[in-house]
Amino acid sequence: MNPCNVAWMKQREIRDYRISLRGIQATMLILLLAAVPVWAGSSIAPKLDIGKGGQCVDDPKFMRKNHMKMIVHQRDETMRQGIRGGKFSLAGCVDCHASKKDNSVLGSNEHFCQGCHEFAAVKIDCFECHSSKRKVIAEVSK
Amino acid sequence: MSDKVNLGRRQFLSKTSAAIAGIAIAPGMLLFDFVHARPAGEAASGAVRWGMLIDTTQCESGCNECVTACNKENGLPVAKLPTDVQWIRKVELKQVSTGRQVSLPMMCQHCAEPPCVDVCPTKASFKRADGIVLVDKHRCIGCRYCMMACPYKARSFVHEPVLDHDSDMPRGKGTVESCTLCVNRIDRGELPACVEACAKAGHRAILFGDLNDPNSEIHLRIRSVASSQLRADLGLNPGISFVGL
Ligand code: HEC
Ligand code: HEC
Ligand code: HEC
Repeated sequence: MNPCNVAWMKQREIRDYRISLRGIQATMLILLLAAVPVWAGSSIAPKLDIGKGGQCVDDPKFMRKNHMKMIVHQRDETMRQGIRGGKFSLAGCVDCHASKKDNSVLGSNEHFCQGCHEFAAVKIDCFECHSSKRKVIAEVSK
Repeated sequence: MSDKVNLGRRQFLSKTSAAIAGIAIAPGMLLFDFVHARPAGEAASGAVRWGMLIDTTQCESGCNECVTACNKENGLPVAKLPTDVQWIRKVELKQVSTGRQVSLPMMCQHCAEPPCVDVCPTKASFKRADGIVLVDKHRCIGCRYCMMACPYKARSFVHEPVLDHDSDMPRGKGTVESCTLCVNRIDRGELPACVEACAKAGHRAILFGDLNDPNSEIHLRIRSVASSQLRADLGLNPGISFVGL
C-alpha cells in the first residue's frame, strides 16, 4: 500500500489516507513509549539496587556489556604485574554498588551483581574469595 | 602467559624516579630501607629484587609478634591443626652438641629459582618481576604440587571455606597460599606487616629492602655481615638470608 500507487484517488481521499497513516505512526509511537516503562518495571528486566550512586567508572551501557572483560583484564594486570590503581577494580565495584541497606552486592535478586547475574543465568565464583561487602570504615562517625 | 615486563619507558621512568628518591632520602634513612610506593598504573620493576635479612641474634625465643601481625594483615585464622594455613611460623633450633639455641621466623624464601613455579601445571605459581613469588589464586586449581616441591614447607592449602572476607585480602577454599611479602603493602610503599611488628616489639630482627639497590640498608648489611641462605646447596638463591645461623 504505497501512496504513489493510489494516484487515481481524489485529492481528498489521498489526504485522508495520509492522515490515517500519521495516525498509525502516532499510535505506534505512543504504544512504544508506553511499553518501555512497562518493560523496565516488569519482571522481565532485573530491578537493581544501584547502591551508593554517583557515576560509574565507565558509560553504564558499556559496563553492562563489557564489565566482565574489563574486570578480568585488570585482575591479571594487578595480580601478575603488580599494576594497581586501575578503575576496573573489583573492590571498587563493590564499594559503589553494594546496597545501602546491607552493604552487600549479593543476597537477593535486587542486589546489584546477583540480581543481574541471576537474570542472565551467569554464575561467578569471585565472591568465594573477594568480599561482597562494602568495607565500612570506622571514620563514618567523624 | 608471559610475566615479562617490557623494559620500556615505564621502567626507565621508575628507575630515574627511584634514583632521585634515593639521593634525597639516603642520609636520613638508616633504620629501614626506604620503600616508596609505585605510582598507580605502573608495573612492578625487574630492576628491583625484594628480600629480607633476618638477624637471628635479635629474634627473641617465644616472641610471636610477626606471626600475629601476619595473621591480622592477611585475614588468616590462628593455626591450630598442622594442616591449617600458616604464612609465617616461628622455629626454635637447638644445636645438640653445644646446646646453642636459635629462634627464627620461617616463611616463603622467595627464591630466584623457585621450584614451586617450575612444577605448577597452570602457571598459577609465578615470580613477579620484582622477585616476589606468588600464587595467582585465579589460576590455582589446588593440586598442591608446589607444596610438595617447596623444600621449606612454606605453602599451605586452604581446606576450610572462608566466611568473613577482608576486602583487601581475598582468599578462599581450594587454593594454595603463602607469604606474599605483603605485596599489597609493598605496592603502597609500606613495609611488610611482620617487619613492622618486629620493630614495634623492639627486636628489629627483620630487615626488608631491595637487594639490587647498592645503597639500600639491606644490600650494605649483606655486604658487611656474614649471612647465609637456607639450604643454599639447592641453588635456589632465596631472597631471604639469615644472620647468626
Ligand atoms: C581463590 C581466591 C580468589 C578467587 C576465587 C578470585 N580472586 Fe580475585 N584475587 C584474589 C587474590 C589473592 C588477589 C590479590 C590481591 C592483592 O594482591 O591485592 C585478587 C585480586 C583481584 C583483582 C585485583 C584487585 C582489585 O580488587 O581490583 C581483581 C580485579 C580480581 N581479583 C578479580 C576477580 C574476579 C573477577 C574473580 C571471579 C571471576 C576473582 N577475582 C576470583 C583471589 C581470588
Ligand atoms: C563511583 C561509583 C561506581 C563505581 C566505582 C562503579 N559503578 Fe557501576 N554504576 C554506578 C552507577 C551510579 C550506575 C548507574 C548509572 C545509571 O544508571 O545512569 C552504574 C551502572 C552500572 C552498570 C549498568 C547497570 C544497569 O542498570 O544495567 C553496570 C553493569 C555496572 N555499573 C558495573 C560496574 C562494575 C563491574 C564496576 C567495577 C569495575 C562498577 N560498576 C563500578 C556507579 C559505580
Ligand atoms: C546489567 C546486568 C549485570 C550486572 C549489573 C552485573 N553483571 Fe556481571 N555479567 C553479566 C552478564 C550478562 C555476564 C555474562 C556475559 C557473557 O558470558 O558473555 C556477566 C559476567 C560477569 C563476569 C564473568 C563471568 C565469567 O565466568 O566469565 C564477571 C566476573 C562479572 N560478570 C562480574 C560482575 C560483578 C562483580 C558485578 C557487580 C559489581 C556484575 N558483574 C554486575 C551481567 C551483569
